[in-house]
Amino acid sequence: MVPVSYYLMLSGILFACGVVGFLIKRNIITIFMSIELMLNGVNLSFVAFAAHWQKLSGQVFVFFVMVVAAAEAAVGLAIIIAVFRTRETLNVDQVNLLKL
Amino acid sequence: MTSSLNLWLIPVLPLIGAAVNGFFGKRFSRRTVAAVALLFCGAAFLKTLLVAAQFSSLQLPHTEFLAHWIRSGDFVVNFEFYLDQLTLVMLLVVTGVGFLIHIYSVGYMWEEGGFYRFFAYLNLFMFFMLTLVLAGNYLQMFIGWEGVGLASYLLIGFYFTRDSAANAGKKAFIVNRIGDFGFLIALFLMIKHFGSLNFGQVFTSVSPLPTETAGFGLLTSIGLLLMVGAAGKSAQIPLYVWLPDAMEGPTPVSALIHAATMVTAGVYMVARSHIIFDHAPNALTVVAIIGTLTALFAATIGIAQTDIKKVLAYSTISQLGYMFMACGVAAYSAGIFHLMTHAFFKGLLFLAAGSVIHAVGGEQDMRKMGGLRQYIPWTFLTMTIATFAIAGFWPFAGFFSKDEILWQAFSSSHGSWVFWLVGVITAFITSFYMFRLWFMTFFGDYRGAEPAGHGNDPHGHGDHAHGTPHESPAVMLAPLAILAALSVVGGWVNIGGRFEHFLAPVFQSTAMAEAAGEAPEAGARGTEYLLMAISLGAATLGLYLAYLLYLKRRDLPQKIADALGGFYNAVVHKYYVDEIYATLFVKPLVDGSTRVLWHGVDQGVIDAAVNDTADGARQVSDVARRMQSGNVRSYAGWVAAGGALVIAYMVWMGVR
Repeated sequence: MVPVSYYLMLSGILFACGVVGFLIKRNIITIFMSIELMLNGVNLSFVAFAAHWQKLSGQVFVFFVMVVAAAEAAVGLAIIIAVFRTRETLNVDQVNLLKL
Repeated sequence: MTSSLNLWLIPVLPLIGAAVNGFFGKRFSRRTVAAVALLFCGAAFLKTLLVAAQFSSLQLPHTEFLAHWIRSGDFVVNFEFYLDQLTLVMLLVVTGVGFLIHIYSVGYMWEEGGFYRFFAYLNLFMFFMLTLVLAGNYLQMFIGWEGVGLASYLLIGFYFTRDSAANAGKKAFIVNRIGDFGFLIALFLMIKHFGSLNFGQVFTSVSPLPTETAGFGLLTSIGLLLMVGAAGKSAQIPLYVWLPDAMEGPTPVSALIHAATMVTAGVYMVARSHIIFDHAPNALTVVAIIGTLTALFAATIGIAQTDIKKVLAYSTISQLGYMFMACGVAAYSAGIFHLMTHAFFKGLLFLAAGSVIHAVGGEQDMRKMGGLRQYIPWTFLTMTIATFAIAGFWPFAGFFSKDEILWQAFSSSHGSWVFWLVGVITAFITSFYMFRLWFMTFFGDYRGAEPAGHGNDPHGHGDHAHGTPHESPAVMLAPLAILAALSVVGGWVNIGGRFEHFLAPVFQSTAMAEAAGEAPEAGARGTEYLLMAISLGAATLGLYLAYLLYLKRRDLPQKIADALGGFYNAVVHKYYVDEIYATLFVKPLVDGSTRVLWHGVDQGVIDAAVNDTADGARQVSDVARRMQSGNVRSYAGWVAAGGALVIAYMVWMGVR
C-alpha cells in the first residue's frame, strides 16, 4: 500500500502549482484553472486521509468541495464570458476598472 | 423692611432697549429706533425720579436683593442693589444727562449709517453704567465697570472702517485693562481679608481697623490698587492716554461716556470706598497728588491743541484731576459735587462742540472755524454758558464746585496749600484754553472751507450741502438749552452747603472730622472769600489773556510759540507721552510677541509639533501605501507568502 505521505506530497505539489499559476498567470481562464488545481490538491489530501483512517467524512467533504467547485465554475465562466464581451480581453491586468 | 422699590428696573430698562434695537433694529425705520431708545432710556430716568420722590421715606442705605449669584462656602456674592444719597446723585446724573444726550443723538446721528447700532450701544452703555452705580457689592460693580468699558470700546470704534477709530477703541480697551488689573487685585485682597465683597460687610470690617498712618499695610495696598483701577477708567496719570484718542467716537458718545458719566466712575468708586481710604492716609495722599498732577498736566496740553474735541478731552482729564484732588483731601462730597456740575457743563460743551462740528460740515480744526456766533446763535449762547461755567465764573455751576474743591484742598486736614496753588494755576490755564477755544470758534472771521471742502470730512456729514454754517435742528438744541440751564443753576444746590449735608450721611466719618476741624475757626470764612477772589481773578486773567492773544493780537500766539521753541513743541506733541509709552511698553511687547511668542513659541513649538506629527504620519503611510497596490494577485501573493511562512514555522517547530 502506498503510504499516506506520498499522497500528501503530491497534494502539496498540486496545491503549490495552483498557487504559482494563480500568481504568475495573466489569463483569467488559466487563473481559474489554477484555482481548480488547488481545490483538487486539497481534495486529494482529503481522500488520502479518509482512506488512511477508514473514515467516510473525508470523502463526504470531497463531494462538497466538488459541488461547490462545479457551482463556482458555472458562475466563474459566466463572469469570464461577460468580461470578455465587454472588455474584449482576458488579461486581468487590463480588467482594472475598480483600481484606484 | 420697607416695600421694594424694584430698583432692578432702572438698569434693566435700557438693557431691553439695547436688546430690541440690537436684535431687530436693522429692520426698523430710523424713527422707530429712536423711539425705542428714547422710550427705554426715558423710562429709566422716570423710574429714577420716582425713586428720588420716595427717597426721604427710605431707611438708608437701602439695599435690595435680586438673586443669588456665587455661593462658595462662606463666600457669597448676590445680585443686589445699594441705594444711598451718593447712588441717588449718580443715578440722577447718569439717567438725566444720558437721556438728554440720547435726544441730542437722534438729531446728530440722523444721517449716519448704523443708526440702530449706535442706539443699541448707547442703551447698553446706560445699562452697564447704572449697574455700576447701583451695585451692592464690588463684584457687581466690576460687571458694570467692565461693561461700560465694552460699550466705550464699541462706541469709540463706531466708525470702524476708519483705522484711527478702530485703533483708538483698542487703545482705550487695553489701557483700561491695566487699570482693571489693579481693581481686580484689590477685590482679591478684600475677599482674602474680609471674606466678602458686599459694601456693607467690607465697610463694617474696615471701620474698626486702626488707621494706617505710616507704612504700607493692607488698607493702603487696597486703596492704591483701587486707585490704579480708578486711574484707568477716569483717565488719570499715567493711564490717561486713551481718553484723547477716544474722541474718534461720535460726539454724543464723547459727551456721554468720555465726559459726563463713564470717566467719572473712578471718582464714584473712590468715593464709595471712602472708608478704606480714610483708614489709609498714604493712599489718600497718592490720590490727591495724582489728581493734582493730572489736572495741571492735562490743562497745559489743552493749551496747544487745535482740534476742538481734543481740547475738551484734555479739559475733561484736567477736571477729573480736580475730582481726584478733592477725594484725595477727603472732601468726597466736593468731588461728587464737581462730578455733577462737570457732567452738566462738560456734557454741554461736547454737545455744543458737536453742534459746531455739525454746523461746519464735520470740520474739527478750530483754525478753520471762527466767527460762528452769527451763524449758530443758539449754540453760541449755550457754549458761552458752558465755557463760563467750566472757567469757574460766578454764578455758574463750575464756580461753586471748583471753589469748594480748592477750599477743601487748602483747608482740609489732608490738604495743603500746594494742592490749592496748583489748583488755582490749573484754573487759570483752564480758563485760558477754554476762552481760546471760544474766541477761535465763535469770534473773528469765518476761516472755514467753501462748500467743496468735504473731502476730509471724517464724520460723513457731507451728504447734505454745507454752503455756510447752519444751526442745528431743534432736537439737538433742546438738550443744549436744558444742559445750559443746569450749568447755570447746577451749582446753586450747594449754597449753604446743602448738597454736602445731603451727602454727609454717606461720608459720615469724614464729615464729622471736618466739622470738628472747621467749627472753631471763625476766621475761616474770610480766608475762604479771599481764596475765592483769587481763583476768580485767575479765571478772569485767563479770559483776558485769551482775549488778548486770540482776538486782539492774532500775531502774538505764533511769536510766543516761536520764543518758547522746544517747550512749545513738546506741549503740541502732548509731551511725547504717547511716543514714550510706545517705546517703553508697546514696542517691546509687540517685538517680544512677534519674535518670541509668534515666531518662537507659536511657529517653532506649537505649529512645529502639530506639523511634524502630521509629516511623520504621512511619511510612514507613504511607505505602507505601497503594499496596497490594488493588484489582486499581489495580495494573493502576500497571502501565499504568509501561509508559506506559517507552514515553514510549524514544520520547523515539528522537526525540533
